Amino acid sequence: MTDPPNVMDNAQNAPVLAIQDLTFAYDRARLSINRFSLSSRESIAVLGPSGCGKTTFMHLITGLLTPDSGSIRIHGTDITRLEEAQVDRLRGQHIGIVFQHLHLIPSIRVIDNLLLAQRLAGVPIDRAYANEILTQLGINNLSTRYPRQLSQGQAQRVAIARAVVPRPSLLIADEPTSALDDANTAEAIGLLKNLSDHNDAALIVVTHDERIRSTLNNSFDLQAMV
Amino acid sequence: MSPIRLALANLTLSPLSSVVNSLLLALGTASIAVLLLANQQLTATLERNAAGIDLVIGAKGSPLQLVLAGIYHADVPPGNIGFEEVQKWNAHPMVNSAIPLSIGDSYQGHRIIGTTPDFVNLYDAKLETGDLWARPFEAVIGARVARATGLEIGETFSGSHGLVSSNNRHDDTPYRIVGQFAPTQSVFDNLIITSTQSVWQMHNQNGHGAGDTDHKLNPHGHDDQHEIATDRQDEHREQAHHDDHDAHHEQGDHDGHADHEAQSEHDHHEAPTSPYDKPHTQAPHQQLENENEHHLDGDRQDNAEPVESGQEVTLLLVTLASPMGVLTLPRAVNAEPGLQAASPAYELTRLLQIVGIGVSWLNAFAIVLVISAALSIFAALYASLRTRRHDLAVLRCLGASRRELFLLLLAEGFLLTTAGIIAGLCLAHGGMTLLGQWLGDAQGLNITGWTWAQEEFWLVLGLLSTGIFTAIIPAWQAYQTDVARTLSSP
Repeated sequence: MTDPPNVMDNAQNAPVLAIQDLTFAYDRARLSINRFSLSSRESIAVLGPSGCGKTTFMHLITGLLTPDSGSIRIHGTDITRLEEAQVDRLRGQHIGIVFQHLHLIPSIRVIDNLLLAQRLAGVPIDRAYANEILTQLGINNLSTRYPRQLSQGQAQRVAIARAVVPRPSLLIADEPTSALDDANTAEAIGLLKNLSDHNDAALIVVTHDERIRSTLNNSFDLQAMV
Repeated sequence: MSPIRLALANLTLSPLSSVVNSLLLALGTASIAVLLLANQQLTATLERNAAGIDLVIGAKGSPLQLVLAGIYHADVPPGNIGFEEVQKWNAHPMVNSAIPLSIGDSYQGHRIIGTTPDFVNLYDAKLETGDLWARPFEAVIGARVARATGLEIGETFSGSHGLVSSNNRHDDTPYRIVGQFAPTQSVFDNLIITSTQSVWQMHNQNGHGAGDTDHKLNPHGHDDQHEIATDRQDEHREQAHHDDHDAHHEQGDHDGHADHEAQSEHDHHEAPTSPYDKPHTQAPHQQLENENEHHLDGDRQDNAEPVESGQEVTLLLVTLASPMGVLTLPRAVNAEPGLQAASPAYELTRLLQIVGIGVSWLNAFAIVLVISAALSIFAALYASLRTRRHDLAVLRCLGASRRELFLLLLAEGFLLTTAGIIAGLCLAHGGMTLLGQWLGDAQGLNITGWTWAQEEFWLVLGLLSTGIFTAIIPAWQAYQTDVARTLSSP
């Protein structure tokens, strides 16, 4: 892939995520990625030991951090050159994140967590779709519960549902399996894969868990230079 | 899931803190609102009672006392003035009207006022039933008197001597009620109105009440108070005592007039103890006075006509023909021996200045309450911001902008404040309603919660700004949230 002349590219043909010549220095370490590309329905495990820059990588591709150099394109749009508010909007619309610590909004019900995600993403509120996702995850009976009333496994499914419900084209899961045994790990990854395929989305699982390498199409090893 | 709903949901996450903070603000709001309402209603009542009276002319003494006695019927009058003053000041070019009031008796705490129909017009009082008095010892009662005493048209009652309930009753000369006024929402409703002549005759019959209640109450006015009815009728006339005053002896006792004057001193020394306990011992006087009353009754038909020079009234309510009179008339009045003019507006301002010190302390206290509530809301928002910083970062990740986080925190402050304000206003207005019911309208204050003071609008505006202001710092913190750092921090 060559450098396009504009910030905007043809969104139809462009990959969901394309990284080129990225460098970012932090905490006396330096992350550099020459080339990284991901298309719809592709999935990739981004692997590396603790402290290798997995979280930094995630923050870079979601636009929360700005690289020192290089480009990060979401559907051809270079987010490193956008205003912060534009990045916020683009992130809401195109990227769904499952956080390691889930971070469900404790004051509102499960269904409202989902609808809030749709609203903040700026997509139409679609309660039926939210319920459909909950059903797919087998937790539609929990929709009126508050997050504190859920078990860890239930909460994780709700977090997945919340990431998926604005129909993002890129789904990112941060250490989704750190607390799970083998059986549950396989099931969780399976759910993420199914949901992203169902939405024609690309899936990135950022993890130190080597078990995941074999379950996804691709893997990418992060290596930060100290 | 609108931001307002989210803000509301966030507040319910720590219900105790939210409720306590709102309540704190509510108490401050209520304190200020009650002060505003009370002040507004008190001022309105005082103004209604003043009924456009520009000056009160009466005997020398305390001007405040004169105003309180003559307009608010809340104090004893300083003394009496000669009836000739009525004509004299009515004729003054600066005066629109000077209405005589004779004060001294009461019935169950309601003052009996001897006056002219002009007094009724002053308060725009309308008759609810019956007619105005036409003859002596006919009385028309105010709306509250009717309610409090249960008196009805056609019934009779005996006034007590003095302005508080006492046993000194004029049992031998009862008043007959011929009418009842519609409510005016002023002190007028508490009065029993009759003709000046009735009061004169009442006291002519009963002599002067040495040692009665008013004498003790009123060092300035002592004997004068009861000379309303003049003590000068010691003439011996043969006339049967009667309560029916239908007969009009127009010529009355003009011929006996000189004798009244000549013997007036005598009567003063005649009754060192209360004469009311033994009215019959003074039968000759009474007979005489009844004669006198007929003369006056005739005279009442035309108030401009001079009466015998010995008669007295308590004070004059003056409305001015020109605003210039406020300056010039008091000078003219005060130059007269034994007379003074008091301005209700001025005396009231003086009074409210004294009371006002207490009110400003209360106000300051209420403001302190509001400030502590604002600080408490600030602390609560700030603390919740710290515990929720991950949530806020996640909201950013879900697509919320910095601006939206700022507005979210602002909305939380706004909601807490609004809840406090609404609760406070409910508390204030509910409290005033209860207070109004508890006081009844016996005090003539007309306290009600079903009204707004104009300043309340500014109060609400000020409190809302305060609430938003206290939320601005936490909101700014939310705006500044470094999402990446917050999410990677434990």
